[in-house]
Amino acid sequence: MREIPLPKRLEILSDAAKYDASCASSGTARRTSRDGKGIGSTTGNGICHAYAPDGRCISLLKILLTNHCIFDCHYCINRKSSNVRRARFTPQEVVDLTLSFYKRNYIEGLFLSSGIVKSSSHTMEQMIEVARSLREDHGFRGYIHLKTIPEADPELVAHAGLWADRISVNIELPTKAGLSRLAPDKDSGRIEGMMGRIHGAIVEAKDARKRFRHAPRFAPAGQSTQMIVGADGASDTDIITRADSLYGAYGMRRVYYSGFSPIPDASAILPLKRPPLVREHRLYQSDWLMRFYGYSASEVQQAAGTDGMLPLDIDPKLAWALKFRQHFPVDVNRAPREMLLRVPGLGTRAVQSILASRRHRTLRLDDIARFTVSIAKLRPFIVAADWRPTLLTDRADLVSLVKPKPSEQLELFA
Amino acid sequence: MTAAREADATVSVQMDAPDDFEAWRAHARALMQARVAPERVMWSEPGETGNLLGLLASAPFPAAADAPPPRASRAFLQQARSVICHRDPERFALLYRVLWRLQRQPRLMEDQADANVRRMAAMAKEVRRDIHKMRAFVRFRLVESEDGASEHYVAWFEPDHNIVRANARFFTDRFAAMRWSILTPELSIHWDGAQLLEGPGASARDAPQGDPLEDLWKRYYASIFNPARLKVKAMLKEMPRRYWKNMPETALIGPLIADARNRELAMIAQGEDSFEMEQPDSLDAVASAVSTCTRCPIGCNGTRAVPGEGPADSAVMLVGEQPGDQEELAGRPFVGPAGQVLDRHLKRAGLERDRLYLANAVKHFKFTPRGPRHIHQTPTAGEIDTCRFWLDAERALVKPRLIVALGASAARGILGRTPSIQRERGRAIALADGSELWITVHPSYLLRVPDAIREQEEAAFARDLAAVAARCASLG
Repeated sequence: MREIPLPKRLEILSDAAKYDASCASSGTARRTSRDGKGIGSTTGNGICHAYAPDGRCISLLKILLTNHCIFDCHYCINRKSSNVRRARFTPQEVVDLTLSFYKRNYIEGLFLSSGIVKSSSHTMEQMIEVARSLREDHGFRGYIHLKTIPEADPELVAHAGLWADRISVNIELPTKAGLSRLAPDKDSGRIEGMMGRIHGAIVEAKDARKRFRHAPRFAPAGQSTQMIVGADGASDTDIITRADSLYGAYGMRRVYYSGFSPIPDASAILPLKRPPLVREHRLYQSDWLMRFYGYSASEVQQAAGTDGMLPLDIDPKLAWALKFRQHFPVDVNRAPREMLLRVPGLGTRAVQSILASRRHRTLRLDDIARFTVSIAKLRPFIVAADWRPTLLTDRADLVSLVKPKPSEQLELFA
Repeated sequence: MTAAREADATVSVQMDAPDDFEAWRAHARALMQARVAPERVMWSEPGETGNLLGLLASAPFPAAADAPPPRASRAFLQQARSVICHRDPERFALLYRVLWRLQRQPRLMEDQADANVRRMAAMAKEVRRDIHKMRAFVRFRLVESEDGASEHYVAWFEPDHNIVRANARFFTDRFAAMRWSILTPELSIHWDGAQLLEGPGASARDAPQGDPLEDLWKRYYASIFNPARLKVKAMLKEMPRRYWKNMPETALIGPLIADARNRELAMIAQGEDSFEMEQPDSLDAVASAVSTCTRCPIGCNGTRAVPGEGPADSAVMLVGEQPGDQEELAGRPFVGPAGQVLDRHLKRAGLERDRLYLANAVKHFKFTPRGPRHIHQTPTAGEIDTCRFWLDAERALVKPRLIVALGASAARGILGRTPSIQRERGRAIALADGSELWITVHPSYLLRVPDAIREQEEAAFARDLAAVAARCASLG
């Protein structure tokens, strides 16, 4: 077969990679190349070097080593039975591309994933070779994210973590039944086994560094995973349960959600309709509530309706507040941090500002307005020096006053 | 540097650099110790000569001997280092006012409802954002020396605030082994691999105008974009338009958005024109452009495009519906079973295939997979209308005097409407460009019809082609 020219292969293999949601380059160990021997640095904060018109950040060169694949996962554009054009890079080509993009300040580093050729272990070896060459041959100090293949030899994963900042294994689908139906070649036991091993290696390396300053780091930016939303029948509460257990059991840094989008040449057992984009957004919001706002998974699930789905028209925080009105209004001058964080419309920064400034003055509604985007949304839920939502204190009135709110929004979204 | 005091009147301070925190700190300390209230200090930017008092004053003011040195919280110092880089000429005075107030209210910085504190926080935030955006959006272009021995990476950037000096460390940490320069309107910084040098401001013309690698980067940018989830506002929020002019990939944003919308429109409203390009100027250009066309779902299904084939000056153009599986494999039109039927009939009518231009209304193969087989699917009206751009391009280049549309899809590709074949076959239809259209059935129809009427339909098809051949002969 005639070789496809490199620019075309770059198109094919980055097009195939765009269904991976993560592009994070943050949270890793700080490095510089001030010694003049290599190239690159990480500051701990991610940098988004560009944004595409889909609103997503472009931080890393996100590509597949190859989109040839021996697996036949129905949701995947690269599955064996799909008609997409196939291409592959050599490890050397990926190394060169990464370095030349990095030197021009286009990217923070590399996110390498791959279809499975020959065998899982063979593919994994090729990916590790890219990371090794970047680090060892070129002294690359930028960010590397490797997507590992759960079926590969565990020994190899131990290697991957030595070169990569982050490693990830995709959980793919929120339920085991969904996985065995849509990804017949994958096995949830093996996926979780791999996550467990990665978690173990990360904990061990961290512990070793406490005792030995020069102990090697292992995936300093931790591990993450991704699940596809809307390709099987899992409800939002199922997904939240799953995400919560992944955070707990494997110390995940992030669980990414990827709204199933219809792919060209789709498999017949996939749903025809894609889930609304906002569903993915609501799930991320619920994720935020658990990670930064002190909600437990079961509390977030209380915001969902009887069908187990989070409302699409209002965010889960507002939904929770409307359901548990007895906790409101919250007095911004007295309430503890945990309660302030539950007020719809108050973010973590605003809560920080309230806590700091109320030591110096009694906060009025105007003061709160300066900390937030919209005071109108906030007002029914707070008490300030010059403000008390009087109508809301009356219990009978409360229902009639708050109820029209979501229905108005419903019309907007209808 | 001149700093002066005139009795109880205004004290003028001239700054030497717009972003020098240490210099501001030294002035502020001296002023505080001399108990000069914020209202009496006039700060001016470097190079600012409008301040008459500043020009007249010369002697440094004496520090009050018993005055304690001013104190400032860590939060203030940290934020002030950012605020000093802000472009707002009020920044020096604002910092001094807050420092003055801090002596009475040591925890003033906590009170984020205070107007001065809030202003400081807002300015610091704008500066930090600008610093971050510079780290993100600087684009180096490679300049190689003539012998290719040394590489120099040069960028042109226009920051909003005076952040270049404050940001230099980031770039030396990252690109220590490279030789690079960042040119900005007010200051240039150059790294020679060992030390950082400052130079005067530059202009965009001083920077290299391109880098061959930008083509690869643009391809990556276009391919990683998911057109199924257009969110232009989210993009604009993080990458405001004012940064675009120095980022090569942003040239693609317009076409990418238009294309994504068009793909959707083409699916929703049939017949929308989704092409924002010039018509190709050669048949080869059509063929190569068609091969990457993704303006309709068929173009996105991963099959190979099949462009038209035949002499570029053919008097007769035959238009079919779309390639089938065999055509797709061969990359040529009319080579499958229907093509064989056509060949037979062309011979009978005395038309030489080699002298005809053969094309399809739709250039890609639309199918549904059934096991290993690909079953033909009729293209929708919208898909035909989208692909009409290419057929029009071929017509404009070949300029045939006669066009034969085989089947309703082909006729739609020419006319823009779906005609009734039975009603309109066997006669010439005048077209706007002076040529004429003859409509007949598609040869695949002859493979499908029930045996009972096959002979009759074959004869009708033969008659239509004979009429075309006769018309062809009469035109010479």
